[in-house]
Amino acid sequence: MTSFKVNGQTVTFDGDSETPLLWVLRDHLKLTGTKFSCGMGLCGACVVHLDGRAAASCRIPVATLESRSVTTIEGLAPGDDKLHAVQKAWIELDVAQCGYCQSGQIMAAVDFLERYPEPSDADIDANLSSMLCRCGTYVRIRKAIHRAAEIAREEGRRG
Amino acid sequence: MASTSISRRHFLVAGSTVTGSFVLGLPVFTIARAELADGTFGERQIGYFVEITPKGKVIIGSHQPEIGQGLRTALPMMVAEELDVEWHDVSIRQMPLGIVKTADGYGWKYGGQGVGGSTGLTSNWQFMRHVGAQARHQLIRAAAERLGVSSEACSTRPGYVVCDASNGEIAYADLVEDAAKLDMPEQAPPLKAMRDYRIIGTRRDTIDALDMVTGRSKFGLDTQVDGMRYAVIARSPILNGRVKSFDDAAARKVNGVLDVFTIEGPEPGEPYVILASGVAVVAASTWSAMQGRDALEIEWEPGPNADDSSERFWQENAAMLETTGQIVLDDGDFDAAMADADKVVSRRYEVPFVSHQPMEPQNCFARVEKDYCHIIAPTQMPAGASRAAAAVTGLPRENIRIDMTRVGGGFGRRLTNDYVAEVAMISKQTGWPIQLVWSREDDVKNDFYRPGGLHELRAGVDGDGTVTAWTQRLASGSKYYRRPNMPTENLWQAELYPDDFPRRIIDNFRLEYFHNAIGLPRGSWRAPAHTANAFVIESFLDELAVETGQDPLQLRLDLLGEERELEYDGHGGPTFNPGRVSRLLKFVAERIGYGEVRPAGTGVGIAGHFTFGGYAAHAFEVRVDERGELSIDRIVAAIDCGYAVHPNAVEAQLQGATVDGISVAMGQEITVHNGRVRQSNFHDYPLARITQIPTDFEAHVLNYDETPTGVGEVGIPPVAPALTNAIYAASGVRIRKLPIGDQLRKAMAI
Ligand code: FES
Ligand code: FES
Repeated sequence: MTSFKVNGQTVTFDGDSETPLLWVLRDHLKLTGTKFSCGMGLCGACVVHLDGRAAASCRIPVATLESRSVTTIEGLAPGDDKLHAVQKAWIELDVAQCGYCQSGQIMAAVDFLERYPEPSDADIDANLSSMLCRCGTYVRIRKAIHRAAEIAREEGRRG
Repeated sequence: MASTSISRRHFLVAGSTVTGSFVLGLPVFTIARAELADGTFGERQIGYFVEITPKGKVIIGSHQPEIGQGLRTALPMMVAEELDVEWHDVSIRQMPLGIVKTADGYGWKYGGQGVGGSTGLTSNWQFMRHVGAQARHQLIRAAAERLGVSSEACSTRPGYVVCDASNGEIAYADLVEDAAKLDMPEQAPPLKAMRDYRIIGTRRDTIDALDMVTGRSKFGLDTQVDGMRYAVIARSPILNGRVKSFDDAAARKVNGVLDVFTIEGPEPGEPYVILASGVAVVAASTWSAMQGRDALEIEWEPGPNADDSSERFWQENAAMLETTGQIVLDDGDFDAAMADADKVVSRRYEVPFVSHQPMEPQNCFARVEKDYCHIIAPTQMPAGASRAAAAVTGLPRENIRIDMTRVGGGFGRRLTNDYVAEVAMISKQTGWPIQLVWSREDDVKNDFYRPGGLHELRAGVDGDGTVTAWTQRLASGSKYYRRPNMPTENLWQAELYPDDFPRRIIDNFRLEYFHNAIGLPRGSWRAPAHTANAFVIESFLDELAVETGQDPLQLRLDLLGEERELEYDGHGGPTFNPGRVSRLLKFVAERIGYGEVRPAGTGVGIAGHFTFGGYAAHAFEVRVDERGELSIDRIVAAIDCGYAVHPNAVEAQLQGATVDGISVAMGQEITVHNGRVRQSNFHDYPLARITQIPTDFEAHVLNYDETPTGVGEVGIPPVAPALTNAIYAASGVRIRKLPIGDQLRKAMAI
C-alpha cells in the first residue's frame, strides 16, 4: 500500500504498485483534469507537480510516491476567484482550442515560471519543447507565459 | 403551440417549460415515444435553442459538437446578438443528438448536427440569428400588449424591452410567461444590420475558458458512470488480418481483468463498421485492461494484405503514371496545346499517407441494455454514432441516446464512429456500462489515413511565359475505397477536385486518375485532398516560374487575374473568386517584404488556396544553413472567411492550421511494411514543437463581405508549399516529396 498526498489530501492506493500515477488520479481518485495522450512521456498532457516540480504522471509508478506530494490542475488554485497567474493569462489570451493538452501545458508553465520568473522566448523554447499541442496553440502559449510572468509580478507588488 | 416559418428548412415554435421558462426552437412533429426507463430524454415538444428563465437567465442550447473550433462560443454569439442580451448573462447547454421517431422515419429536434467540411458555422448563420430575432420579437410583443402600445413603438436594450413613448421598460425576465403564450406571427422579424452588431464580430470570452484552465471540462475520456468497466482491444497489427486463436490464461490472471473475448472485424474490401478484428479485454481499471492486453498471446490470420508495403505502393504508382489512366476531365484541346507549346515542364511530387492523432485518443462510453442504449461520445458526427450503435445493437434508433462531450481534437478522425460500434459491441456482450480506451499506439496504427499519392504535373508554356495547357495526373489510394455503393469510376472524386485552380483559367486542362488499392484504411484529414493538391499545384507554379524566368508571385497574380466569380460545383461553391486569392497573396507578400534582398541562405516562399468557401495565403521566411538545418524565421498568414463572426477564434484557427501544416510538412508519414503500419507514437510520428514555430508569426483575419464561410480547414493547404517554396528560395533545394524529413541535410551533404 502506498500513501501520498494529492492536492493536500492524504490518499492511499493498494492496487498494482506499477500503476502509473496518471491512472490512479483518473480512474481511482476521479481527478480527470490530468489527461492521457501518449502514455510514454512524449507529450506532456499528463503533467502534474510532484513535490512542486513538473512531472509526466504517465511515467511515475505509484510505488515511488510514498510520502510524496502531488498537485494536479484541480488543486492549482484555491478557488475560481483566486486563479493562478498562469490560469488568468491563459483565459485572457484565450489559449485553449480543443483544450485537451492545456492542463499539462498550464502545470508545466507554472513550474517553468517558478524557475524562470522573467523568461525569454529562448528560455520557453528550451524548457517547454516537449509539451505537444495538436491544435497548434504554441503562439498563444508563448504570449500567455510572458503575460503570466507580468501578472505574477503585479500581484507580487500588491502583496 | 405558436409557430412561424423562417425558411423551408426551419420552422420555429415558442412555448413554456414546466418551470415557467420561455423557450423557442424547432417543433417536433410527432409525439416522441414514452419516457425512457431513466427519464433522460428530457424536453420533448420543442427542440429548443433559447430559454429565458423567470429569473432572467438566458440559456442558449449548443447543438453542434465542440472540437476546439469554438462553435460553442460562436453560435450563441449569433443568438445573443439578435436577442439583445448581455454576453455575460448567457450560459450554454450542450444538447444531445435530437433524434425523434416520426411517422415516416426520423425527425431532428435541432436540425442537422455534425461538424465536418468547415460548415458548422455557415450552416447555422441564418438560423441561429433568426432564433434570437424571433425570441426578441415575442418579448417585444408581450411588452407592447402590457403597456398598451404597438410593437413598433418598442425596442430593446440588453435584457429589457423599452418603450420611449410611454417611458416604459420591462425586463425580459418579467415577460417570459406572456411571451410563451403568444402566437407566432406569419412573418419572421427582420435581422439586424451588420453595422449595429455589438457581439458578432467582436472578441468574446470563450465559453468554457475557465473550465478548461481548471481541468473541469469533460472530454470523452472523462466520462464517469457508476459501475463502469474499462475496455481495450488488441487489434490486428496486419491490415485486414484476423484473430486465428488466442490464449488468455495469463491475461485473466492480471488483477482486475474481468473478461476477454473476440471482436469480429469487417470482411476485407467491405465497408468499415469498425477498423479491425481483435480481442477485447475488459477490466476494473484502464491500467488493468492494458496490462491484460499485454499478457494476451494472439495468433493472427494474415489475410490478403499481409504483403502490402510502402515501397511497393510507390513503385506501383510510378508504373501507373507510365500508362494512361482514367481521364476524368478534359477541357479544350490539351494535346494540341501541348504540341504547340514552346516549352513543356513536367514534375512529380510524392504526398504520403498521414494520420490524424488528436491529443485525445479515440474513446467512447456505452451502456447497452435490452431495449435502450446510451452512448457518450467525443464525435464530430452524432448521427453517425447513432447509426453505428443501431447497427451493432439492433435497437431502433429512437431508443439510443447520444450525448456529446467536448472533443479533444477532431481533424476529421471523428467523422467516423468506429469506436462507437466497438464499445457498443463490448457493452452488449458483457451487459456492463463500458468505457473503451484507445492508446496512442492504437490510434497511430488504426486510423482512416489521409491518402498518399504520386502526382505528375505537366504544363505547356508559350514564348512569352503564358501557360497554355495544364494536366495533373495522380496515382493514389482513394479515400472512397471501401465506401458503401461506390463505383470504381468515381474513386477519383475524393482526390481531384475538378473546379480547383487553375481550371477555367487555363483553357486546355486535363485531370487523369489511377487508383492504388493498398490496404490502408483512409478517410478525411483536415481539408482532405486540398492539403495534397495545394502542395503540388503551388510547388509546380514556383517551378514553372523558375523554368520560364518569371517571378513566382507575379506568375500567380497573372494567372489569378481580377476579381470575378468562376463556377465551382464542389464543396464550398457555387463560385470561386480567384481575385480573393490574389488579394491575400499581395497582402502577405507585402507584410513579409517579398521583394527585399536577403542574405544568402535566407529565402521567402508564398502560396495561396481556396478551400470550402474560404481563402488563405501564407508567406514563410526561412534559413537553411550549410548543414541543411532549417529554421523558420517568420510567418505571415492571412485568411478571408468572408465575414469573421468571432475574429479571435478565426485567428486561433489560422494559427493552429499553420502549426498543423508545419507538423505534416516536416515529419509526418505513415508507412507500411509486411502489411503492418510501422509508426506507433509521437517519437516516430512527430507533431511540431514550440521550438519550430517562430515568435515572429502574424495571423491576419481580413473580412471581405457579409457572408461568413468555413474556417477550420481553410488555413492549412497553403502552409506546406509556402514553406517548401521558401526552402527553395533559401537553398536551391526543391522539395518534391513530403515530409521534408532529412532531405535538406542529405541534399546539403552532397
Ligand atoms: S500522456 Fe504522459 S507524457 Fe504523454
Ligand atoms: S488545445 Fe487541442 S491539443 Fe492543445
